[in-house]
Amino acid sequence: MTTRFFGAPVKRNEDRKLLTGQGLFIDDVELPDMLHAAFLRSHVAHARIRRIDVSKALKRPGVTAVYTAADLGAYWKPGPILVPPPPIEGSIFNERTQVPLAKDKVRHVGEPLAVVVADNRYIAEDALDDIVVDLEILPAVVDCEDALKTATHVHDDLGSNISAHVRQTKGDYRRAAANAHLILKRRFLYEHGISSPIETRGVVAQWNARGAQMTIWDTTQAPVFVRNGLAAMLGLGERQVRVIAPFVGGGFGPKIMMFYPEEVVLPWISMRLNRPVKWIEDRLEHFFATTHERGQIHDAEIALAADGRILGIKDVFLHDTGAYDPYGLTVPINSQCTLLGPYVVPDYDSTFTAVFTNLPIVTPYRGAGRQHGVFVMERLLDLAAHELKIDPAEIRRRNLIPPDAFPYKNEIIYQDFEPLEYDSGNYEPVLDKALEAIGYKQFIGEEQAKLRAQGRCVGIGVACYVEGTGIGPYEGAKVQVQSNGKVNVATGIGTQGQGHFTSFAQIVADELGVDVTDVDIVTGDTDQFYWGAGTFASRGAVVAGTAVSEASRAVRKKALKLASDAFECSEEDLVLADGKVSIAGIAQKFIRLGDLAERANPMRGAVAPGTEPGLESTQYFGPPMGATSNGVHAVIVEVDPQTFDLKILKYVVVHDCGTVINPMILAGQIHGGVAQGIGNAFYEKLSFDDQGQLLNASLADYLLPTALEVPRMELDHTVTPSPLNPLGIKGAGEAGAIPVGPLFAQAIEDALDLKRKEVELLEIPLSPSRLFELTRKARKK
Amino acid sequence: MQPERHDIELSVNGTVYRRAVESRTLLSDFLRHDLELAGTHVGCEHGVCGACTILLDGAPIRSCLMLAVQANGHELSTVEGLAGNDGELHPVQQAMHDHHGLQCGYCTPGILMTMTAYLKQNPQPTEHELREALSGNLCRCTGYQNIVDAMLSAAQIMRAAAP
Repeated sequence: MTTRFFGAPVKRNEDRKLLTGQGLFIDDVELPDMLHAAFLRSHVAHARIRRIDVSKALKRPGVTAVYTAADLGAYWKPGPILVPPPPIEGSIFNERTQVPLAKDKVRHVGEPLAVVVADNRYIAEDALDDIVVDLEILPAVVDCEDALKTATHVHDDLGSNISAHVRQTKGDYRRAAANAHLILKRRFLYEHGISSPIETRGVVAQWNARGAQMTIWDTTQAPVFVRNGLAAMLGLGERQVRVIAPFVGGGFGPKIMMFYPEEVVLPWISMRLNRPVKWIEDRLEHFFATTHERGQIHDAEIALAADGRILGIKDVFLHDTGAYDPYGLTVPINSQCTLLGPYVVPDYDSTFTAVFTNLPIVTPYRGAGRQHGVFVMERLLDLAAHELKIDPAEIRRRNLIPPDAFPYKNEIIYQDFEPLEYDSGNYEPVLDKALEAIGYKQFIGEEQAKLRAQGRCVGIGVACYVEGTGIGPYEGAKVQVQSNGKVNVATGIGTQGQGHFTSFAQIVADELGVDVTDVDIVTGDTDQFYWGAGTFASRGAVVAGTAVSEASRAVRKKALKLASDAFECSEEDLVLADGKVSIAGIAQKFIRLGDLAERANPMRGAVAPGTEPGLESTQYFGPPMGATSNGVHAVIVEVDPQTFDLKILKYVVVHDCGTVINPMILAGQIHGGVAQGIGNAFYEKLSFDDQGQLLNASLADYLLPTALEVPRMELDHTVTPSPLNPLGIKGAGEAGAIPVGPLFAQAIEDALDLKRKEVELLEIPLSPSRLFELTRKARKK
Repeated sequence: MQPERHDIELSVNGTVYRRAVESRTLLSDFLRHDLELAGTHVGCEHGVCGACTILLDGAPIRSCLMLAVQANGHELSTVEGLAGNDGELHPVQQAMHDHHGLQCGYCTPGILMTMTAYLKQNPQPTEHELREALSGNLCRCTGYQNIVDAMLSAAQIMRAAAP
């Protein structure tokens, strides 16, 4: 196979539609007779529902229906558990999943109480004001630590606010502590925010009573799961339900198959009224009704040898899971596992308690808990470097897993239920390249002193991380040559900007000898491809990409077989290129792929037994476990010592995600991840009061980074192929976002010379005002 | 009670439309759902994200912060009007494609409209000036770098093409 496209920065097939305003997004779905829904949401975080009176709303002209939990009857059920807890001995998991409409109690601000269906959204929202709700307000559980002490319980039947309790160990930390030259112990706070895609969520449901068919357009990352789940809930067969994830305006995790109340309620309404119905989330709703990631509190200690080698780590942490825990343990397990990073940690003892609070639900958001773990590890190493008087980059180097240690077993159970094992890696060259690119030696040796002498507060940071990617279970793809010579590829995953229409087309184009623009990719339509899991955990390219590759290989074989029969020659004498199969050396003897496809579906005559029609193949791929990517970010920052305004002077990412399909798309993924990491590290904070009210629920107050905050980034790559799939690819979707928090903390500490002032930055997000508070405390000491 | 409706006449991308609209109908909703020009996207409905940016008499505005009745008698341009009739992309569109300036593509129409107006006003921006002009449009996918590169390149191409 020649690789004309694979590995090249091929421009995207999907761009033209998106650039000309022709892409179909959820709110662009317009159907005859369509109704519009608006949800009445709780204004308080915790209350018992005494009464909901919708009679006035029903009288409003233009209102078709108003429903509360009572109207849902037997359809009212808590949502499914999306990821069951991994089989870890001794772990506790109390499953409490969200409900379609609140029935007895509301458990977070924004939880839906009722839904109005009207001729348009304006009228539906007017009618929300007509609904009278009588609530008995209860104290709100907001703080993770308080949650474990208070007599107020988010779920009354549970008798506590514990969602989960898990301990995982590797080796014996007591041994490490006993042999340690130095033990350091700190408390770390890490909060991640909301994904806030520029397109909010939305659902359109259309029941066709005559055809007994349900069609659901949904901004989901996992349409197959949504179809299966909703079919079961609605009492329909899977073949009666079609879920379409059209162009989706950013996902980042929370648009996965959440079975959000709106996803569950809209199809039911459409069946009941036999009319299509649409709901589009507004930005205010998005702040409460879409899942968050939020915070963890870690009490962590590290045991070190005198030369800076890590002997062991002990970590006990609290994880805020919000009012419900439908996503199981994925986020805290990722924190627990990813803390270990690219380092040799012989002894590890990690325990977490996930806690219910009266806050919106926590599920994975780009990084999915990895940030929290990486922050703890990287900050511990910075503290250790300072105590032991070792350079921060050097202490990292001394602890990196050596290249001959792969596959490297970390033993504890990962989110994919398998013991954590790194498939392949070569970490030191990545660190070297990053240090070289940022000019590490020169900066600490000369530049920093020079700039400081001019009164400028400049500092440097270097952070390492690994990213578990490309987990199973599996994905599939159907590759089909059509009679017009174009190749159609359908896969079950959804797409939210990752460039699947191009990267998958590159794989197919090389295999079948067609142009990349002659490959049409369909994602996110369950009628086009029946099976699959979805786009999450940096797995699209790895898992679905491999299935696409296998299916195109099978089609290639078929094409060569058909052509060899036609030409009565050996397959070895055939060449597949430019959309046709020709005989090597006799260019005028050829058959177009489209003609072969037609021949593969004959009108008359007997075909040989076992012959499959069509020039097509469907193949599936499931990796034995996740592939582990790794990387190093380095930054030079300048901080204004008066205003604590931050300027990024240089930002470097060196990354290894195995074989690269499209370096242009990969760079875009890294850029976007870093931008979200910067937001998380310094700008984005969900500010709740003690009543569980979000105080900054607007984009004017919750600050997403703009083009002025995100710097130009320098990218470089090394390539250590994964042995877990034939293409050698690893995932890259989350890498950019993961290490930015500790990187900022380290660089800002250095810039403001905080070590000397005995100030440690042990929390994220930081901000100018938070830096002011922390350093003012130090001055007062 | 029927809400009061107003007759309005406006042009979008050179086509004149006459419609009766409710006073409270947002211009963004009017464009998207009444005229079915759904290329203009809505991201926040409070004027921060910039996804709904269109041109009103050549100047960029947030169509979510304006009522349809207020556009009566004005000339509007939306993303649907950027490419030529023959399908040839406008230089800002072409540059976004060439530089991978879009991922999910949701914020893209607003960015294209903001930038076409900006580059007319300032055909030779520095990178910092351009970033400042772009900072009213939020993108959650790209980290802006490729958009900045695309627009600097589009500016150059448009300068070269200018008479």
